[in-house]
Amino acid sequence: MAERSFAREVEDLKLGEGEIFRGEGILAITKALLQSGVSYVGGYQGSPISHLMDVLADAKDVMEDLGVHFETSASEAAAAAMLSASVMYPVRGAVTWKSTAGTNVASDALSNLSSGGVTGGALIIIGEDYGEGSSIMQERSHAYAMKSQMWLLDPRPNLPSIVKAVEDGFELSEASNTPVMLQVRIRACHVHGQFVAKDNRRPAFTLKEAMENPVRDVNRIVLPPASFGHEKDKLERRWPAAVNFVKERKLNEFFGPETGEIGIITVGGLYNGVLRGLQQLGLADVYGESLVPIYVMNVAYPMIDDEVIAFCQGKKAVLMVEEGAPDYIEQGLNTLLRRRDIQTRISGKDVLPMGGEYTAPVMLKGLTSFLEAHASPLLGNRPPVPDPSPVLSDERVKALATVVPPRPAGFCTGCPERPIFAAMKLVEKELGPHHVSADIGCHLFSILPPFNIGGTTMGYGLGPASASAFNVEAGKRAISVMGDGGFWHNGLATSVGNAVFNKQDGVMLIVDNFYSAATGGQDILSSRAENPRRKTNNSIVAAVKGIGATWVRQIDRTYDVAKMRDTLREALTTKEKGPKIIVASSECMLNKQRRIKPQFAAAVKAGKRMVKERFGVDEDVCTGDHACIRLSGCPSLSVKETNDPLRDDPVAAIDNSCVGCGNCGEVSEAAVLCPSFYRADVIMNPTGWDRFLASVRSKVIGWLQRRRESRRVLFAEGA
Amino acid sequence: MDDASISGRARLSTAKPVTIAILAMGGQGGGVLSDWIVALAEMKGWVAQSTSVPGVAQRTGATIYYIETIPGDVNREPTLSLMPTPGDVDVVIAAELMEAGRSVLRGVVTPGQTTLITSTHRSYAVAEKEKPGNGIADPTLVISATDFAAKRTIAFDMEAIAAKNGSVISSALFGAFAASGVLPFSREDFEAVIRAGGKGIEPSLKTFAAAYDHALEKPKIDPKPKADKHLPPPPERTGHPVLDALVSKLKSSLPLSLQPMAYAGVRKLTDFQDPAYAGEYLDRLADLFSRDRQSGGEAHGFAFTAEAAKYLAIAMAYDDVIRVADLKVRGSRFDRVKKEVGVKGDQILYATEFMHPRMEEVCGTLPKGLGRWIEENKGLYDFLDRRVNKGRRVKTGTIFWFLGLYMVSGMRRFRRGTLRHAREMAFTAEWLDKALALLPKNYALAVEVLKCRRLVKGYSGTHVRGISKFDRVLSALPLLEAREDGADWLRRLRQAALLDEDGIALDGALKTVASL
Repeated sequence: MAERSFAREVEDLKLGEGEIFRGEGILAITKALLQSGVSYVGGYQGSPISHLMDVLADAKDVMEDLGVHFETSASEAAAAAMLSASVMYPVRGAVTWKSTAGTNVASDALSNLSSGGVTGGALIIIGEDYGEGSSIMQERSHAYAMKSQMWLLDPRPNLPSIVKAVEDGFELSEASNTPVMLQVRIRACHVHGQFVAKDNRRPAFTLKEAMENPVRDVNRIVLPPASFGHEKDKLERRWPAAVNFVKERKLNEFFGPETGEIGIITVGGLYNGVLRGLQQLGLADVYGESLVPIYVMNVAYPMIDDEVIAFCQGKKAVLMVEEGAPDYIEQGLNTLLRRRDIQTRISGKDVLPMGGEYTAPVMLKGLTSFLEAHASPLLGNRPPVPDPSPVLSDERVKALATVVPPRPAGFCTGCPERPIFAAMKLVEKELGPHHVSADIGCHLFSILPPFNIGGTTMGYGLGPASASAFNVEAGKRAISVMGDGGFWHNGLATSVGNAVFNKQDGVMLIVDNFYSAATGGQDILSSRAENPRRKTNNSIVAAVKGIGATWVRQIDRTYDVAKMRDTLREALTTKEKGPKIIVASSECMLNKQRRIKPQFAAAVKAGKRMVKERFGVDEDVCTGDHACIRLSGCPSLSVKETNDPLRDDPVAAIDNSCVGCGNCGEVSEAAVLCPSFYRADVIMNPTGWDRFLASVRSKVIGWLQRRRESRRVLFAEGA
Repeated sequence: MDDASISGRARLSTAKPVTIAILAMGGQGGGVLSDWIVALAEMKGWVAQSTSVPGVAQRTGATIYYIETIPGDVNREPTLSLMPTPGDVDVVIAAELMEAGRSVLRGVVTPGQTTLITSTHRSYAVAEKEKPGNGIADPTLVISATDFAAKRTIAFDMEAIAAKNGSVISSALFGAFAASGVLPFSREDFEAVIRAGGKGIEPSLKTFAAAYDHALEKPKIDPKPKADKHLPPPPERTGHPVLDALVSKLKSSLPLSLQPMAYAGVRKLTDFQDPAYAGEYLDRLADLFSRDRQSGGEAHGFAFTAEAAKYLAIAMAYDDVIRVADLKVRGSRFDRVKKEVGVKGDQILYATEFMHPRMEEVCGTLPKGLGRWIEENKGLYDFLDRRVNKGRRVKTGTIFWFLGLYMVSGMRRFRRGTLRHAREMAFTAEWLDKALALLPKNYALAVEVLKCRRLVKGYSGTHVRGISKFDRVLSALPLLEAREDGADWLRRLRQAALLDEDGIALDGALKTVASL
C-alpha cells in the first residue's frame, strides 16, 4: 500500500472529450497515457515519479476496463526490458523511473532496445531529479539519448504541453521505430494546472493477440551481423525519419517576433524560466508575448538542423539555454553553424553557469549578460529588476544566518530504523568506529546528525558490494547497510551473492521495514501486507540462505536496542568467516500509523478495550545533557526550557506526536542513560476487572503517598 | 531604444501574478495549504499554478511550495513560473519560526513587497536539540530580521491555536492568510474551500476562524526570548515553624539581592532531603558570603555568592537512586503524568519506568564503609553486578513496584551516611576550595570556577563524562589564574565543553589556552 492514496484523483482519469482535467503533472501524464491507447505500463518508483506509479496502482479498475497491463517492475532494468514487447508487435508501452539514477540501472536494456528498434510506440518517462531538493548525483539524462540514439522530449512545463508530448512521443517512436524518452523535471512533475481531456482509448492491438500470434525477426536481435545493420539503420533511416516527423508535426515552437538581431534557444522545460526573466527585463509579458524571438526545443534530441539554421540565420547572436553539464546542445549548435559557415555568435555557458539549477536569479543574470553584450539598446531604460541583495547584506539578516539551523530530511517519528543506528552507535562506543558502506533508502539518513554513521553510497542495493574490497585480514570488520528495497532491486545477487561467493568477511545489515519506504511506501517482495494483486510475504532470510549465506540473524523487533547491539557485536567479533547477515525488521512507522490509526479509533469507538502507549520524560529527573537525543533524533523527542532557576540547560520533552514506539525507553535502558523516561499506557474502555484493580491500587498507593506527604516538611508548591 | 521596441513594450501586458511561497517542514500540511489556495483561486475564476520540491524532504526536512495566481482572461493563457524569484514574492507563509528565518535568508522576503505570515512556535532542529548544553537558537534574531525584511508581518503561535481547536497548523495559516487580505476574496470564499475539502472540516473551520480573528486583532506577537525563571523572594510566613526558622536564617545571613536564589536553593534542598540539610546549605553559603566580602565582593555585586547560591544547591541536590525513586512515587508526579498524557473520563493510566541500575548505584546507596568494602572486593562486586546490572521495566502503578520504589525513597533518612553522599561532599568541597583559593587573587575567575559545576550532570556514563569535562576545563586554571582575562577564557572553555558530547571543541579550546 502506498503512502498516498489517489483513489479520488483516479476518478479524473475517466474524464472524457472536452472535459477539464485539473491536477498534478504526474496525473496528467497518466491520463495522457490512457488517451494514447497504451497497452502496458511499468516502472520503478522514486521521486519525482513515485506518484505516477501510485496513481497507476490505484487506477487498476480504469486500466482493466481499457485492457491495459500495469506492473510494478522489480527495478528500472526490468521496466526497460519490458519495452521489448513493442519490438515486434504494434503495442504501445510506457515505463517510468527516476533519472539519472534509474536510467543508469536501465541502460543495458535501453541500449539493446534502441539498437534493434521498436514497432509499437515505446515511451520512457523520466522524472528528472536535478537541482534543488534533489536526492541524487547531479547529471544529465541527455547523454543516454545521444549515445543510444533515442529521442528526448523536454516539453514546456505546463499540463497541455506535457500531455501533448506523451501523445506525440508515441507517434514519434512509431514513425522512427525508436524508443522515446520524455523528460519531466521535478517541479513539472508536481505542477498543478489544467488541460482539456480526450476520451481514453483501448489499444488497437492487444498483448493477447501478440502472444497468440508470435512473430520473430532475427534482424532485430543485437547479434552480429544484425547489430551492424542496426547502427546503419539508426543513422540512415530512423534519425531522418524522426527529424521529418518533428518538423512536420511542429513539435518545436517559435515565440516572439519573426525576425530580430538576437534570439534565444531554450529546451522546453526551461521556457517558463526564460519567459519570466524576459518579463522582469521588460521584454515579455505574463501571457507569453515576447520582444525577443524564442525557439523552444520541445525535442531536446535530436536537434532539427534546418529549424536551428533558419532561426540563427540573420541574427547577430543567439543564447542557448540548457541546464547542467556538459553543454551537449550548445556544442552541437556550434558544430552545426561551423559546418554551414554561419557567423551567428552562440552564447550559452559563457553567461549561464555550467552546473546547477537555472533558478530565477541565475536566469535573470544570464539573460542580462547576454543582452548587454549583444543587444543593449533592447534593454532600454532598464526597469528595476527584483533584487534581494540589500536585504541579504543587512547586518540583521547576516546575524540570522548564524541561528537558522539546517533542517535536512530525517527519520520520522517512531521510525524503526532509528534504534538500529542507536545500537550501532553503542557498539561503536565499545569497539571503536568501523568502516560503514551505506546504500540508498531512508536508512541513509543515518549519515546525518545525530548518528553520523556511513561513509559511502554507491547505488541502490550496492551497499555490501561497495564494501567488498575490505575483505582482508584486519582487526575490524567492515559494516554495510542495505534496505529491503535495495535488497530486492539489486542487492540479492549483486551484494549478497557477491559476498557469499567471495567469502566476504564483513557484516551486512539489511534494514527491512516492509515497504519501499523512502519512495512512498510501495509494496515489495518481502512486504508483510497481503496484496491481492501481488505475491508478498517472501522472506529475506530464506532468500539469503537460499543463495548460500550461513551466518544469518533475524531481529523481528528493531526497537529491542539491547538485542540489536548484542547481535551487531556478535557479528563483528564472531570467528566465523564469510558474510554475517543481520535482517532487522520492523514496520515503517509512517505506514504503520496510517494502517492502524483508523483501526484503533474504530475499536475505541466500538467500546473495545484498547491500550494506547506514548512516552514521557520526568522533567525533574532529566539533567539536560541530551544524550538521549544524540542516540535518537526522533522529531517527537525534543527539548524545552524550564522556569526552574537552578537549571541552565533545557530538559528533554516528548510531544503529542509520540507514537509510543519504545525507542526512547529502550535506548536509555541499553545505553544506561537516565531513568527519566516513562511509558504511559492508557487503557481505553477498561473492563470491570481493570477498574477494580485500578481502584485497589490507587487506594493503597494513595494512602502511602498521603502518609509520606504528611510526615514531610515542605514549602508550599509554587511558593 | 529603437522605435520598434518602444512600441513593442507598449504592447506588452503589465499584469503580474500574485506570488506565494510556503515554507514548511515535512508533515506540516504545506501541501494541503497549497491545494487550498489553488482551489480558492480557481473557484474565483483565477488561473493558479502550484508546485513543490518535496524530494526526500517529504519526511521531516524543510520544504518549499510555490504558487502563482492571476485573474483569468478568456482570450489568453498566462505562463507562470515554477519557482520564486528572490525579491519578487508577495506572500511568504512560514509554518515555523526558523522557517520564516530561512525564507528571509533565501531572499524571498523584501521590504517593498512581501507580507510575511509566520507561526512563532518552535520545532527544534536536531542541531539544536543534540547539544549537551543549551543549543536553542535565539528567536530575537529572527524577529529583528523579519521585522526589517518584510513589508508587513503577521506572526503569532498558530500551532497553539490549531492545537486548541483540534486541528493542524495549515488551517491556522490559511486563516491568517485570509485575514491578510492579499487575495481579494471574502472570508466566506476561504471557508467554502475548507468545506469542500472533506476531512476534519469542523475543527479546520474553527481553527481558521480563530487564526483569522487573531490576525485582525493582534497580528503580531513576538515569542519570548527565554523562559522566565521562577525566582520569588522568600515569603514572610511559610505556615510551618521549622521553615519559618529557615527563612529567617536566610534573610539574616544574606543581602536582599541574593535572597531569591538562596531561597530557591533552600526550597530545592528541603525537598531533596529535609530542612536541616537546607540549613547546612545556608551555613555554607553564609561562610562563602563572608569570604566573598573579605575579597572585595561588594564591588562585584557579590557575584561569587550569587553563583554559589545556585550551584551549591545543585551540587548538594545530586541525582542519586533515592532521589529518583522519591520523584517517581510522589502523588504530584502521578497527577502530572496524567495531565501530560491527557487521560480522559474512565480511562486508566499506568506508567512504566525504564531503569537500569548497576552495582555502582547500589554501593552508592549503602553505608559508606560497606559500599566501599564491596567496591574493593572485585570478585564480589562483579558477582553482584551481574545480578543487578540490567534494564528493568518498573510499573510504578502496581503495588509491588510502587512499594519497592517507596522503600528506596524511604532510605532518604540514611542518605547522609551513604557512600555516594560522602563522595559528593568531597567533590563539592574540592570544587569550592579551588574557587575560594582564587577568590582573593582573581575574583572573576573564581566566579567562573563556580559556574563550571554546570558541566556535571546526568547519570552513569553521562555523569562520568560530565566530571571528566569538568576536570579538563579546570585543568587550565594554573594557566589562567594570573591572567586578567582568565575568567573570559574559562567561560569559553566551558561553552566549548557544552558544544559536543566527546569534548572535541573543548580539546581545541584547551590547545588554544595552552598556546596563550
